[in-house]
Amino acid sequence: MIRRTVNFLDSRTGAVPFLRKSLRYIFPDHWSFLLGEIAMYAFIVLVATGVYLTLFFEPSLAETTYTGSYKPLQGLAMSEAYRSAVELSFDIPSGLLMRQTHHWASNIFVAAILMHLLRVFFTGAFRKPREITWVIGLLMLFATLLEGYLGYSMIDDLLSGIGLAIGYGVALSLPVVGANLTLGLWGGPFPGDPAFESRMYVAHVFLLPILIGTLMAGHLALVASRHHAQFKATKRATERKLVGMPAFPAQVPRSLALMFATVAVLFLLGGLVQINPIWQWGPFEVSQGTNGAQPDWYLGWLIGSLRLVPGFDVTIGDYTLIPNPFWGGALFPLVVMAVLGAWPWLERRFGGVRGFHNILDRPRDVPGRTAFGFAFFTWVALIFLAGSADRATVFFGLDYESQVVFFRGAVIVAPIVAFFVTRRICRELKRGEEIGVDKERAEEEAEEEAQEAEREKEPAPA
Amino acid sequence: MTTSPDGEHDSHDIVAPGPQSPRSELAVAALLVAAAVSAIAFIVVYSLEKFSTQHELLGITLAASFAFVAAALLLFGERVLPSEEVAEDYPEAAAPMEQEEVAKVMEESTSGITRKRLLVGAGGTAGGAIGLAALTPALSMGPWIDVAPLYRTPWRPGRRLVDDKGKPYKAEEIEQETFYTAFPEGSSDRNLGASLVVVRVDPAALRLPPERAGWAPEGILAFSKICPHAACTVAIYQKPTYGPTQPGPALVCPCHYSTFDPAKGGEVLFGPAGRPLPQLPLTVDAGREIRAGGNFSDAIGPSWWGIEMEEPH
Amino acid sequence: MSLRRLILAAVLSALVLAGAAYAQPKNGVVRPSGETKLPPRELGSQLYAGNCSACHGIDGSGQRTPRKTTEGIEGQGPSLRGVGARSVDFYLRTGYMPISEPDEQPVRRRPLFSDLEIRALVDYVSSLPPPGPPIPKPHPERGNLAEGYELFTENCAGCHQVAAQGGVTTGARVPPLTDASAVQIAQSVRIGPYLMPRFSERQISDEELDSIIAYAELAAKEPVDEGGWGIGHLGPITEGMVTWYFAAVVLVLVCLMIGRRLRA
Repeated sequence: MIRRTVNFLDSRTGAVPFLRKSLRYIFPDHWSFLLGEIAMYAFIVLVATGVYLTLFFEPSLAETTYTGSYKPLQGLAMSEAYRSAVELSFDIPSGLLMRQTHHWASNIFVAAILMHLLRVFFTGAFRKPREITWVIGLLMLFATLLEGYLGYSMIDDLLSGIGLAIGYGVALSLPVVGANLTLGLWGGPFPGDPAFESRMYVAHVFLLPILIGTLMAGHLALVASRHHAQFKATKRATERKLVGMPAFPAQVPRSLALMFATVAVLFLLGGLVQINPIWQWGPFEVSQGTNGAQPDWYLGWLIGSLRLVPGFDVTIGDYTLIPNPFWGGALFPLVVMAVLGAWPWLERRFGGVRGFHNILDRPRDVPGRTAFGFAFFTWVALIFLAGSADRATVFFGLDYESQVVFFRGAVIVAPIVAFFVTRRICRELKRGEEIGVDKERAEEEAEEEAQEAEREKEPAPA
Repeated sequence: MTTSPDGEHDSHDIVAPGPQSPRSELAVAALLVAAAVSAIAFIVVYSLEKFSTQHELLGITLAASFAFVAAALLLFGERVLPSEEVAEDYPEAAAPMEQEEVAKVMEESTSGITRKRLLVGAGGTAGGAIGLAALTPALSMGPWIDVAPLYRTPWRPGRRLVDDKGKPYKAEEIEQETFYTAFPEGSSDRNLGASLVVVRVDPAALRLPPERAGWAPEGILAFSKICPHAACTVAIYQKPTYGPTQPGPALVCPCHYSTFDPAKGGEVLFGPAGRPLPQLPLTVDAGREIRAGGNFSDAIGPSWWGIEMEEPH
Repeated sequence: MSLRRLILAAVLSALVLAGAAYAQPKNGVVRPSGETKLPPRELGSQLYAGNCSACHGIDGSGQRTPRKTTEGIEGQGPSLRGVGARSVDFYLRTGYMPISEPDEQPVRRRPLFSDLEIRALVDYVSSLPPPGPPIPKPHPERGNLAEGYELFTENCAGCHQVAAQGGVTTGARVPPLTDASAVQIAQSVRIGPYLMPRFSERQISDEELDSIIAYAELAAKEPVDEGGWGIGHLGPITEGMVTWYFAAVVLVLVCLMIGRRLRA
């Protein structure tokens, strides 16, 4: 049966030699190599649930009146987009489960990408020959941020409208071209042409998913072509020899298990933990706002940076060179992306790291990179934290203005401290190991000597 | 375990022998049956009339079926199928022969061309022009060149301020220590330049710039409700219950907490806003109704390169 | 080893700072003996003299410039003449008053006075001329939820958040309405405590106020959580916490189960 199928396939497609290689493709075994897979499985859930949602969501700003089952909105004027999203949540069986699972999947998609990125950074997996894979991954991350933003923005609830207003402000703030670009995209001053909703929709359900899918395919193809990097987990693993489990039968059931586990976690959250209860936010109107409006977590670093920048516009006469939101909303993410994107080449240029690298570093073995990475991600993480300072005020009673002052200082001081502390810790760990190795070797030698001495004492066999 | 250089166990068996565990096979089967039961439970819950915990049960049953499959697969991989460690050479770093051949093919194919630069230039021009032509229809998306819409507001001298139901505001209605949202009479309130926040302060406390004398009749002030930082709504008016010990009156945007002083014409007190909140001059007519005395002090909305170049109109 | 000492020093100083931040001045209440035997107005008068007069003046007409009392309090505060039972009842039942420093923001806590004492104080202070408004009697059951939602979003959500979970403004923390009773919401709308605006009957009628209370009570106390556990009705902040503290942790654990851990 197996042989007949294989023969059928081979003679029609000629694909069996390739299949033969794929079955025995080697996956080095380490738990941290699975983080990127979680992202891929979340993406699959996003596509599947997303397609379901398009069957019901109506991306239109045409005004209508709500008559569904959520009482506080009954009789209110709202857009078709918002009405259909609320109806999907209340009056379509399993609609809310799919919507919530879709939203949780987006949050976890980005979280998994970030964890994967950190693993790749701190183990040096981005080094030659894998720089393009790294850059594609970064592009994917930023495409995903935009994809997520558009996803919750097109619902036209109060939170999404506020998010769009801020996006509009940041887009306007781009020097020289901001106003033109923004008017073009929105079709006019905020809230823009009604067609802007269609523009968000086509980008969210078509353009960006295809872009992300294509990038993902390229990312995986490059990984497969150069093979996985590996830790020096055994003596046999070297720069030239890859040691691990074959795709089949060892890796496939494990990866599928991870896929099913990811899907299970997403549906469990989708069913049990409420996410973005749009009916509680109400429909968006330009003249209304709410306290504590926040973007999804993966854009939290941008609200933090927008809030921390002191209030000034850079002007030359009547020409506004740099409007304020540019610093936090545009320059900051661009700097983060540029530093990460250029990192493999920076490290080659200034760190003297050349040649091929299939063996991964342990973070402690490269104190310079690890320390820089900690400093850099501390910087981003603190700005991210600053974005929730208003809630810290509500929960812990910390004065908001003092927190802003604190964070303004901390984002400068803490990365420097993190750099030196991390470097020190790496070096101490290394030294500890070396002492341990020396000790082991000395003990072994001592033992050998003792044994030899014993042997000498023993009378020679007759 | 020994392996040959190409990662195979020996010449006849490709895969190393597995662990052989009939009990694990039973457990895998049981888990798969549990997954099937959960999936059927999902279908049953779906087909019931709507009830209060239906949504949660849908999630639990579906998640459970996936979780059971995950467990089955994990067990199957660990205990039933062989888990072997194999080794293989990494692919060659590069293929120098092929690199050379590609370069040669390119060179030799084009070596007969005498006007290489001309052709490259012409090709580049054609490509660029066609690219531009392909992008041109995107200009229809919006006014990419004409930025005038950003200066436009619906406010005109004499236009009445009305509430969200269209009722004109009278001067007597505007009280101190509270705030009102106002719109231009007969205009769509979806426009960024439309909505106002109106407050009344003690006329003696006014510290308006000299050129705005008369903009706040009887201490009634109107500002754009759109924050000049990032277009959020200035939805907070805070006022002290007891002035001597509490923070003074302020208009605040709840997105990034830009804070403006109404008595000083919207000057920034705190937060990231780079410009004051634009103020609208007011007049009170003979019928005590509040009307716009002109247009805003500055263009409304977030800053952009030309925001200071023209007056709003 | 200096590294270890440095960390120790940092932890210690953080603890000391945290301790200092929590060391609140004592806030004792002075009570006359035999409270239950006194007539309410007399009890109110004595409680007022002992606990309120340092800041609000011995005759309730306020203390405009700070004045040091015998207990060492820098007393300063507004006049209570004409504020009526509406205000006194609100400030005492929410625990907003008394505060330990005149410039402190009143926050909700367990009232320092008993029910009997509060009634006595309300009676006494509202008896000071001129007469003030009584304790309101709202009827949220007569309210319209949709109208309440609209009014709440326009007038309240900027500070209290659209799902009534509280927030921040530049000068103050804004309380959530989860603990506020219907009467307290009605009182605070009319009074405008601390930095909150004061909405008159002219701006928000009593009927509209009923609708606002109906919506606020629904949003804060019985929110429609169709999608499961409401995680605070705050939106993305708690959602992000669930993403990282639950989902990411579980999935990393699954990875640890499947993949090998490197032996150091």
